[in-house]
Amino acid sequence: MADDLELRFERTVQAESRIEPRDWMPDGYRKTLIRQIAQHAHSEIIGMQPEGNWISRAPSLRRKAILLAKVQDEAGHGLYLYSATETLGADREDLTTKLIEGRQKYSSIFNYPTLTFADVGVIGWLVDGAAICNQVPLCRTSYGPYARAMIRICKEESFHQRQGYELLMTMMRGTQQQRDMVQDSVNRWWWPALMMFGPPDAESTNTEQSMAWRIKRDTNDELRQKFVNMSVPQAEALGVAFPDPELKWNEERGQYDFGSPDWDEFWQVVKGGGVCNEQRIAHRRKAHEDGAWVREAAAAHAAKQAVKEGAA
Amino acid sequence: MSFDNAYESLLGHEDAHWAFGTGFSEALSGVNREFPTGVDRDALAAYCLMVGDDALILSQRLSEWCSRAPELEEDIALANIALDLLGQARMLLTRAGEVLGRDEDALAYLRDEREFRNVHLAEIDCGPGPGGDFATTIARLLVFSSWRLALFSCLRGSADPVLAAVAEKGLKELAYHRDHAAQWTVRLGDGTDESHRRMQAGLERVWPFVDELFARHRVEAALTGVAVDPASLRSEVDGVLDAVLSAAGLTRPADRRAARVAGMAGRDGVHTEAMGFLLAEMQHLHRSLPGAVW
Repeated sequence: MADDLELRFERTVQAESRIEPRDWMPDGYRKTLIRQIAQHAHSEIIGMQPEGNWISRAPSLRRKAILLAKVQDEAGHGLYLYSATETLGADREDLTTKLIEGRQKYSSIFNYPTLTFADVGVIGWLVDGAAICNQVPLCRTSYGPYARAMIRICKEESFHQRQGYELLMTMMRGTQQQRDMVQDSVNRWWWPALMMFGPPDAESTNTEQSMAWRIKRDTNDELRQKFVNMSVPQAEALGVAFPDPELKWNEERGQYDFGSPDWDEFWQVVKGGGVCNEQRIAHRRKAHEDGAWVREAAAAHAAKQAVKEGAA
Repeated sequence: MSFDNAYESLLGHEDAHWAFGTGFSEALSGVNREFPTGVDRDALAAYCLMVGDDALILSQRLSEWCSRAPELEEDIALANIALDLLGQARMLLTRAGEVLGRDEDALAYLRDEREFRNVHLAEIDCGPGPGGDFATTIARLLVFSSWRLALFSCLRGSADPVLAAVAEKGLKELAYHRDHAAQWTVRLGDGTDESHRRMQAGLERVWPFVDELFARHRVEAALTGVAVDPASLRSEVDGVLDAVLSAAGLTRPADRRAARVAGMAGRDGVHTEAMGFLLAEMQHLHRSLPGAVW
């Protein structure tokens, strides 16, 4: 019996059809998905902080509106993704607890600080760009609710990315001080953006099974290469340089060669040693704890209303 | 590998698909921007600054909640309200700027504190942080949005076509803001002992700033048919507040009016101590890079 179910699951996945919440699925598949989607949701929520850092100081009202709307969208993405985990039997409150206790991860990129307003543009361009490269294949991922959430999220991310790039284009047309600010920001974000694709394939532990389950579609190194290939002409159009002396076109491969990110720094930040790891979690924890009395009040009010309606 | 990727298409794409690419002008496209005859334009500009600054400054305050709200849904709701108010502010500052020969950013970022015309209620720190909490923020939003909704409802009949159009557009937004604040007031008033205590304390904190909302300024007096006399809104707003407080089981605070300073208050450009810090944060980057384009 179990074998039949497993066979049907395997066939569905191999045929590129979708697994839906009520379908049978292996425990490992369910756990891997909950972990991956929760990490993605946490990344959206923690990702509100580095950009939110500049809302109060945005240098024009138009940029303030764009940034506020973008950070609001990230909260929305977090919501859809937490909802997708709930279709697998997870619980938002429990996942939030795991996040603030450090038992579940979020994208390590958000442990880097946003130091100038150019960072808002560069995050839009490179960080959202890398996220899109990672996420577009997930629109075809085997689990239905996740794939559908990703389609919507990718559409909105591509808006954010264009807005980021447009901010940088505008700044590059401005004063020399602004151009220097953009280049400085690119220097700080380029390598962390490349690290967003995860460790080299040879060291990545989760890739193989996730590829077989069609949760993941391309390897880390394939996506990283593709990202570099796309980014170079965009940097040229912008008039900035990436801080990599090894970056050059390889005629034979038909791709760019590029240097290796500092994987020691990557692991140090992943393990909690980045500039902002503690700050990001402390911020999230404080918001959650400060809001506890509000959530309790809302629940108490709803319970009282239910009693009243029941009595009526 | 497929290349169905938005990142790839970043270059060479038509501008039409860029969100916010055209700013906000479409919101009022087709509205007649001529000044009505016989209207004192300086007074009109001053009035647009008053109503615009109220929205700009409260938007700045509300956006402080971003990533700090009690739940994700509320993060989204407060950001939404802040965005609506920012949109109203931009249209109103632009209208003032048409008289003054300055754009919205020059008015938002290059005016000094004494030139801001917002009421004190918009600028005081109601949290997050030591200045207040979620209940105080809701108390302020309830009073502010009830008052502004009543104001916009009358402003729809303004002789200035731009003010009338801004009011028409803002009405639905403000109705949502008031409804949102009213629902939270009821939830918190009724929820637990702690939420009741905090909600009552929030009302006590903002109440001294209520009276200023209804004090008629000479600019308003000079703009008959264009501006609204705020004193005329009082009974309507009081009725709304009483209904919400009663549904929430809360007590209307005793009328305590914050004293004016040598007879002046926010509409005269005389603010609370909180305002300088708010503007320092809001304006510093814009002012640090003169000549920059954003």
